Amino acid sequence: MAKKPNKPIIELKDVWKIYQMGEVKVVALSGLDLAVSKGEFVSIMGPSGSGKSTAMNMIGCLDIPTKGTIFLDGKDISQMNESDLAQIRGQKIGFIFQQFNLIPTLTALENIMLPMIFQGMPRDERMAKAKKLLKMVELDERMDHKPNELSGGQQQRVAIARSLSNDPEVILADEPTGNLDSKTGNTVMDFLKKLHKEEGKTIVMVTHDEDVAKNADRIEYLKDGKIVKVLKSGR
Amino acid sequence: MISDYISLSVRSLLKRRLRTYLTMIGIFIGIAAVVSLIGLGEGLRVAITSQFGFLGTDVLSVQAANINFAGAPGQGAPNPLQEDLVDKINKINNVDRAFGRYIGSATIEFRDKQKIEFIVSIPGGEDRRIFERMMNLKTQDGRLLTDQDTRGALLGSNYHTGTTYGATFDRPINAGDKVLINDKQFTVVGILENKGSFIFDDAIMMNNDVMITEGIKADDGTVNIIGVKVKDVDQIEQTRLDIEKLLRKERDVKEGEEDFTVQTPQQALESLNSTLFAVQLFVTIIAVISLVVGGIGIMNTMYTAVLERTKEIGIMKSIGARNSTIFTLFFIESGMMGMIGGLIGIGLGMSFAYGLSYIAGLALGSDLIRASISIWLVLGALAFSFFFGTIFGVLPAIRASKLNPVDSLRGAK
Ligand SMILES: Nc1ncnc2c1ncn2[C@@H]1O[C@H](COP(=O)(O)OP(=O)(O)O)[C@@H](O)[C@H]1O
Ligand SMILES: [Mg+2]
Repeated sequence: MAKKPNKPIIELKDVWKIYQMGEVKVVALSGLDLAVSKGEFVSIMGPSGSGKSTAMNMIGCLDIPTKGTIFLDGKDISQMNESDLAQIRGQKIGFIFQQFNLIPTLTALENIMLPMIFQGMPRDERMAKAKKLLKMVELDERMDHKPNELSGGQQQRVAIARSLSNDPEVILADEPTGNLDSKTGNTVMDFLKKLHKEEGKTIVMVTHDEDVAKNADRIEYLKDGKIVKVLKSGR
Repeated sequence: MISDYISLSVRSLLKRRLRTYLTMIGIFIGIAAVVSLIGLGEGLRVAITSQFGFLGTDVLSVQAANINFAGAPGQGAPNPLQEDLVDKINKINNVDRAFGRYIGSATIEFRDKQKIEFIVSIPGGEDRRIFERMMNLKTQDGRLLTDQDTRGALLGSNYHTGTTYGATFDRPINAGDKVLINDKQFTVVGILENKGSFIFDDAIMMNNDVMITEGIKADDGTVNIIGVKVKDVDQIEQTRLDIEKLLRKERDVKEGEEDFTVQTPQQALESLNSTLFAVQLFVTIIAVISLVVGGIGIMNTMYTAVLERTKEIGIMKSIGARNSTIFTLFFIESGMMGMIGGLIGIGLGMSFAYGLSYIAGLALGSDLIRASISIWLVLGALAFSFFFGTIFGVLPAIRASKLNPVDSLRGAK
């Protein structure tokens, strides 16, 4: 690890997450170790229930581990309070979900502006930024459309644009193509690859699909809450 | 910043327009009740105090029972007082002086602007001095009336200095000015000193006989009110009973079924105040009940909204919303719900208050009941309803803000 050329921007050390469901304890992560360097594109694969989403949520500051430490950009986030976590989520993380997770009452443009509102960005600035991002995902024509007026692929592109609105260091994509057919999935992947190559974003992506996973620099295999295999893909 | 949150909240409300309106029903009924209560409160006070025709501790006033509590005394009484009662009362022991008075309403016109006000009579002859002393009548401009003033009127201070002229007339009316009262020309002989009471300050006064000859009061041998000054104040209660007995006999009614009242001004005021109090209590109870129902409605709707929007809350948190942000959004939403309800309520309350005063104006022929709704009442009601909405929104907003982001994102999957 010390030999790595880039200092890791994400580092999970012996991370445990145990959910207490009444009497039953569900161990979602059991000593997960993972390091991602700045600018890297990493895929995470594994069977359903292996803890992939839980790991993503930990990295994305949506939850804190039961045990272990998580460093994000050099900061230990494993013990942070809610408000600091929200701050980091808003500024350093861009989430892309399988369900797209756009706000149904807001238009495409407004959805993209929302994270910027939470960061207190002035109206003119965020409007310009949102339009630029929509153009980037080639949906500038659809700016005033509500999510239910857009196809799945289009919604996911809006979500990609939204994830970029506060210029995050890290993009976390949890099965971004899981709800899309392979053709639209490929288009969405093209945008993600572009973010990686052209913008140098660090991307961590969960997927079921081997072909989709191969777009990354490296594939980590997760089983029962820890990494069981790493596969370097030839880029 | 806050404006962005407001616009987000309004979006959410508009999305569920019907539910929003249904939730607000309680609020707008409550606010409407409050607004009309306060708006009419002043008007009612005027109506009530105008019934209070005589002042002093040694005075009794005799009135026929009114059908409506807000009209001028003796007006609209099914069985008015007969004028000959005055002489009969005068013969009762301990009665110093009794005199009949007329009270009605009339149109007063000055420089082409007109207004309906109440008009009261002043007795003539030797009774005049007693009456003037009893009511402590003094002028600030001009003089008091005399028996020779067949075309003279005395006006309350509001025609001269108060707000009344400003709302109706171009300029203050002074002693010496000519006015039209019920389309007949009168000379204003004097303006009374300000008494701080609408009974005097808004009143038009003229001689008893003039009110009859000019047709302002029908010449039907009845009076609206009889004022009785007693000799010995300590025996005023006995005198009151004596007068009651006389009236029962004259009007042929049994004890306990009196269609008239004999009261000291104090008693008159108290009984009217209790009527007013009953009305206000009733409206207040309606207001409180509907506000509580409305508030609980808001709380219920907001809890439902939290459940429905659990996923949305998770999404917002995942893109950087803090707990406080979520709290603010829901808090504003419930406040807006209260405020929009309040806005509708203010509209309803104002229409009700003005409508009632208009109808009362038509029915009573005078503007004794008047609505006065100030900008402060409106702003106050708005602020209150916003605040009220937020109070009931606090708990749901706290629940929303405390939702765990991971659970909320998973929960609705
Ligand atoms: N909030 C939670 N409460 C209880 N159990 C949970 C929660 N989140 C995840 N789990 C459990 O933890 C395990 C890992 O879940 P998850 O990370 O969603 O798996 P994956 O994304 O790999 O399918 C599963 O057994 C799941 O049921
Ligand atoms: Mg998952």
